[in-house]
Amino acid sequence: MKRFFSSPNPFRPSPAWMVVSYIFLFIWAFVVLFPFYWLGVTAFKLPIDVSSGPKYLPFVDFKPSTHAFEELLFETENFVSRPYMNTVSIALTSSICTIVIGSLAAYALTRFNYQPKPGLVVAFAVCIGIAILLIHNGMGWRPAVIIATLIYLLVAVTIGRRFRGGLTNDDVAFWLVSQRMLPPVAVILPIYMMFQQLDLLNTRIAIIITYTAANLPLAIWFMRDYFLSIPIELEESAFIDGASRYQVFWRIVMPLAVPGLVATFLIVLVFAWNEYLLGLYLSGPNTQMMPQLVAAQNATRGPQWWNISALVLMMVGPIVLLAIALERFIARGILVGAVKG
Amino acid sequence: MNAEQASNTLDARALQTTYRRLRSRLSQWVDRSPRIMFLLPAILIVLFLSVFPLIASIYLSFSRIRLVRGGYEITFVRYLNYRKLLKGTEERHFLGKYAEPSDFWKAVFVLLVIFAAYFVVYRFLKHLRHNRFNLIFIGITLLFSIGLAWLIPTTLTGQLLPGTLEIRELMGKYGNPPSLWRTTIFWSSIGLAAYYVIVQWINHAPINIFGFAFRVATVGFAATLLWLALITLNDDGLPGTLIVTFIFVFIGIFFQYTIGLGLALLVTQNLPGRRFFRVIFLLPMMITPIGIGFLFRMLTDTLNGPFSSIWRAAGWADFSWVNTPFGARAAIIIGDTWQWTPFAFIILLAALEGTSQDTIEAALVDGANRLQLFRYIILPQIIPVSTTVVLIRLIEGFKIIDMPQALTYGAPGTASESVTLQIYNSWRALDLGGSAALAYLLLVVSTFVAVVYVTIIRRSLLERFQ
Repeated sequence: MKRFFSSPNPFRPSPAWMVVSYIFLFIWAFVVLFPFYWLGVTAFKLPIDVSSGPKYLPFVDFKPSTHAFEELLFETENFVSRPYMNTVSIALTSSICTIVIGSLAAYALTRFNYQPKPGLVVAFAVCIGIAILLIHNGMGWRPAVIIATLIYLLVAVTIGRRFRGGLTNDDVAFWLVSQRMLPPVAVILPIYMMFQQLDLLNTRIAIIITYTAANLPLAIWFMRDYFLSIPIELEESAFIDGASRYQVFWRIVMPLAVPGLVATFLIVLVFAWNEYLLGLYLSGPNTQMMPQLVAAQNATRGPQWWNISALVLMMVGPIVLLAIALERFIARGILVGAVKG
Repeated sequence: MNAEQASNTLDARALQTTYRRLRSRLSQWVDRSPRIMFLLPAILIVLFLSVFPLIASIYLSFSRIRLVRGGYEITFVRYLNYRKLLKGTEERHFLGKYAEPSDFWKAVFVLLVIFAAYFVVYRFLKHLRHNRFNLIFIGITLLFSIGLAWLIPTTLTGQLLPGTLEIRELMGKYGNPPSLWRTTIFWSSIGLAAYYVIVQWINHAPINIFGFAFRVATVGFAATLLWLALITLNDDGLPGTLIVTFIFVFIGIFFQYTIGLGLALLVTQNLPGRRFFRVIFLLPMMITPIGIGFLFRMLTDTLNGPFSSIWRAAGWADFSWVNTPFGARAAIIIGDTWQWTPFAFIILLAALEGTSQDTIEAALVDGANRLQLFRYIILPQIIPVSTTVVLIRLIEGFKIIDMPQALTYGAPGTASESVTLQIYNSWRALDLGGSAALAYLLLVVSTFVAVVYVTIIRRSLLERFQ
């Protein structure tokens, strides 16, 4: 009995402690898995089985049926398939854009020295203010933007470089990453109006661009830490052999960064797949995506839990499978960002 | 003929040199271009989709926007949108309904504020030690702090925020003119502070006056929020969306962090089957929050949900606990915790695996028990990662909308409505300017909280443990 509570090896937990650990771990595993189970079970229930009290076990308590899936997939044409295709295409495209732009920027921030002048930054903000004032006083947005751009270029060329002091790469990186701090609702209204003026509202392009902007800080953050961990000597020897910067980036850095790229891509993909608020503002009837479809279910049909469960199941299925298969990559990617950030 | 030939060769030679020069310039440019080309797309995207909208939405928040055929009609209305939120029709929605808190909570509040003020002044005095104007400054500071400490309890009798009440009375705009005493003390403390700043400026003293001002602002901000929570979170008051969001964020983060840390500690013990738990525990993070909202709405159903036998045993089968204000908030916090505990778990797990095994083994050999091991060996090593986890969740937490929208839609009343949901609702109601103003207030609040967290809490934690 004594051996049960104390371990002969001080580096290993005692059997009693191990039992306690397992109990806690299984409790949380149950907490995590039970909602999934309930989701899966409800999707195969008939309406009567949902509304007549809890039924737990298929084949014992109730007879499973696929009516919810049939109704969703075949009854109304394009009811699920179009939002699904939208989600897939938008999430994939925006993730690829994010990863390309983000890793380019992250690489640049770890290998070049930038010294942007604070004066130029302030001048830029002032010029946006001028543009807004011009629009406020009744000018069309096109001439206002052109005038503001011209003023900015004039300032930048003439007095912009005379400002003292400079910012460093860390400041630029912090500025880029801190964009994640913005609540999307604070910027979505002007973005909405901008896309409306450009006639891009209710197109996939608008949503892809916005999702890319929303996830770019994450990609830059993760990839920057990853590039910092790649030794610079390899690149230097490639330069001595006469390679250009593009060749070095494509032939040497990219192959080394594949694990980090995969991890970041997965994380960004999950965020883009699940993004709700931005899509809610920007999507229209043709560009509705799965999260918005799920959210709209309750409003249009009432809480038909069998349909909602089936929809959620279809939506999370690929992501969950991906997560199980590539858990190591995801954990690693999140870790790199958090430990060094 | 000869001349023509010669000029031809000359032309060809000139062409060749130009071509060569162009090519070398091009290759030079190509060599230098990655510097700009690599970073430019990211900068452009951020400029067009973050910086420009941010500045434009300041303007929108000061205007009324009406939809007309083919576009918008924007009228500049100055601060009306903000006044509506802070002192107007939406005040009850955003800030809540005020009621006098009990004496006990008032006493707690005063004690907390005095403690925080003491802390600020103490740090301030510590910096002053090497200054030759020591005594004068200590005297001034004491006067200043006594003035502040006296002002706060005197304003507590009203039902408004302490600061606004004081300023209103001083302005003499809405009520009777303030008493001579109060005016004297208020202005003299402000005057002394100003005097202090000027003297510092003249003497170039090595004291960070901006740091001090920032701390005072932090204490004031925290006190205001706490006071708002006290006057709305009692029997007669109703909390607005701001306080509700704070509840979601802070209680949610507390549970996510503690459960995540506990699980990570359990999993790092070299138990067989840890990979299984790692994969399982990661899953909730991958689901869209909207789906989780509906899922938890099914689970919390007291009539047909899976736990209805438990509710029946508890006598709750007839009413839905999610329809009570605190039940609704609890349900959202549970859903949020279910989803985001994996995030804390996975990061803390990696941090724990990265702790140096040598020191742990040395401590075990020296006879440290589990608690000591955690407190003195493990905790100092995971504090940096922990603060980052909390920071990320803090930033993301203020944006919560999906869970309340799917789970309760803010019901009952506005008891579980987050600020973002309120913004979305006012956008749906075509109050675009109002929603922009609200978004800006949210931005200011969440940025301030994050900055305070990074500069004060996180730094002092890191200093303490390292």
